Amino acid sequence: MKRTVALLMENQSGALSRVVGLFSQRGYNIESLIVAATEDPSLSRLTMTTTGDEKVIEQITKQLNKLIDVVKVLDLGESDYVERELMLVKFANESITRETIKELNGEIVFENNELLTIQFVGSSEELDQVLKNLAASHPLEIVRTGASGISSNLKTLTI
Amino acid sequence: MSKEQISGADALLRSLHEEGVELVFGYPGGAALHIYDAIFNQEHVDHILVRHEQGAVHAADGYARSSGKPGVAIVTSGPGATNAITGLATAYMDSTPIVVISGQVRTNLIGTDSFQETDMIGVSRPIVKHSFLVQKAEDIPLIVKKAFHIATTGRPGPVVIDVPKDVTDPAHTFNFEYPKEIDIRSYKPVKEGHSGQIKRAVKLLLRAKKPVIYSGGGVIQDNASSELIKLAKLLDFPVTNTLMGLGAYPGSDPKFLGMLGMHGTYEANMAMHNCDLILAVGARFDDRITNNPDKFSLGAKKIHIDIDPASLSKIIDIDVPIVGSAKECLNQINKELGVKSNKIDHEKLEPWHQQISAWKEAHGLNHRLLEKKPSGKKILPQQVIQSLYKETKGEAFITSDVGQHQMFAAQYYFFNKPRQWINSGGLGTMGFGLPSAMGVQIAFPESDVACVTGEGSIQMCIQELSTCLQYGLPIKIINLNNAALGMVKQWQDMQYGGRHSSSTYEDSLPDFVALAESYGHIGLKVKKYEDLESAMKECFAKKDKLVFLDVDVDPEEHVYPMLEAGMSMEDMHLSKEIKTWK
Repeated sequence: MKRTVALLMENQSGALSRVVGLFSQRGYNIESLIVAATEDPSLSRLTMTTTGDEKVIEQITKQLNKLIDVVKVLDLGESDYVERELMLVKFANESITRETIKELNGEIVFENNELLTIQFVGSSEELDQVLKNLAASHPLEIVRTGASGISSNLKTLTI
Repeated sequence: MSKEQISGADALLRSLHEEGVELVFGYPGGAALHIYDAIFNQEHVDHILVRHEQGAVHAADGYARSSGKPGVAIVTSGPGATNAITGLATAYMDSTPIVVISGQVRTNLIGTDSFQETDMIGVSRPIVKHSFLVQKAEDIPLIVKKAFHIATTGRPGPVVIDVPKDVTDPAHTFNFEYPKEIDIRSYKPVKEGHSGQIKRAVKLLLRAKKPVIYSGGGVIQDNASSELIKLAKLLDFPVTNTLMGLGAYPGSDPKFLGMLGMHGTYEANMAMHNCDLILAVGARFDDRITNNPDKFSLGAKKIHIDIDPASLSKIIDIDVPIVGSAKECLNQINKELGVKSNKIDHEKLEPWHQQISAWKEAHGLNHRLLEKKPSGKKILPQQVIQSLYKETKGEAFITSDVGQHQMFAAQYYFFNKPRQWINSGGLGTMGFGLPSAMGVQIAFPESDVACVTGEGSIQMCIQELSTCLQYGLPIKIINLNNAALGMVKQWQDMQYGGRHSSSTYEDSLPDFVALAESYGHIGLKVKKYEDLESAMKECFAKKDKLVFLDVDVDPEEHVYPMLEAGMSMEDMHLSKEIKTWK
């Protein structure tokens, strides 16, 4: 089962390696990982998607909480949440039509006479579907950021 | 507090002094030389020079386990740091509070593959509770304060402080001020148990007809032994201790079941398997206890008290999990039981106590082997432990290495007090025994300290015999010499058709008596049963000397009981011939 876990950690060297190290050390999967400083520069917010049953996810959140650099952990899957991921796809100019781009809710973010770069935003599942639909247009290169998420209630991941 | 200008190296020593550190174990080297000069220039913190950095960390660990105070080791960069790794992993697995200060190359050289450079923070990351790389001298006081706070609170554990050489340079000074208070926003260990959970636990405790208290190292770490005893006596519950928990409940108490698990007693394992309630305190249901988790004590309700939330329901599903310190939670339960004392019914436990006595009678350990004088036969390793127990009146600190001798010591020495039994239970580190005994002897100079070891383990840190001479540490080394890596050989006997692959030494063992003497100590050799007790007496009569007692024991002896892998806790080998399942 895919799950999304968000956490706040001290924005300092070594903190990220402790989080990532924990996953390899304890044999958990990381499907995607996204991290950036928050509006409070002393903190970073990290969102990761992982797989595992309830028991594994519980262990992951407990073990993450144990790390001294980790300030707060939230298993987003505990309640409703919004998940978004950004994907950039590059095509040779003639290989994709404007109609296809429009149908798939893509936005052209770069173009010249050789190529087109298109941005897609959606949940990871939606982007998986977009990629399937793009296969026939032979994308030259695809890059995905990994999912970020925010809960859909008044509970906040802040200190 | 008055401010004064001092260097980073001096600040480090001053900070250790502020933390109440009286001595450190260590080994100097290039990147640590400013620190060593600062050690030389002050008189509050003594330094014990070991012969290998692994010994320094084990010694600090033994000091911490026996005294309850944090242990400190100082090593240099590169190989000094990597040699400390086994010691760190040992302390991490057994949750002991130590602080390891490692020298590091100058900050401008970090990452350049410079001489004696190792990424200590990276190498040690999975085996420390936390670590700090000091970026500038001014950070030292706060980092030391944090390091000791983290190492000693919550679930204790090792902390590394990696100190680049330029940070300790005497040419740079700053205003030293030691912080009084510390607040780490991401680290707030819970002490008190949730009151609702305590009430739920008490309800189950009062209802139980076949209860067992299963306590581990957490009770010892948290000095909760008296609270545990109080609870057990209040309810008249039997108690079993893990390998790490021995001594938390008096080993010679009639309600004590002995150790449980892989080499636990028959009655302890049977009680765990057949009980209707387990109260686990400061123990973690690891694989050496539960055997197959799917077959673990299926009929029992489980209450689990642990300071580490991640230990709860990690392996076994728990009915009443309680996060909190062992001492605090046991106190809460005792208080609640005090209110409900009219509901305590000792009588309903009588059939259970009788059942346990019957198990003990049938297959309990024989603690009177010394009386069975086998003339002409080889000395049993168990007899050596019984002789050690008798000679020390059960009052010595016993450290051990890892293997058969460790299990025999755990089974046959009755530990009546917490912190009396010091061994590497989690990591199972051969070589731990002698250096940890140094730490114990230094913490308790007037007490008898014995290191129960084997001819395999003792050779893994044998160099520390030299440290023992330098500091006059009169440790008694009890070497159960079976001329083989006994536990490996036992498994090869039981599971590999007796093929002893690389578990014997083909007559290459040293003469341990001569070896001890060459290090300036006393060596004694015992080959016959008739000489065992007199040699043991002679060993402990030499109060001021280290004595290496090398005892030839029966090499054919196996450790029993032994759980059968993949099965439940009641499936045990009881001897080479007898097993409990069909």
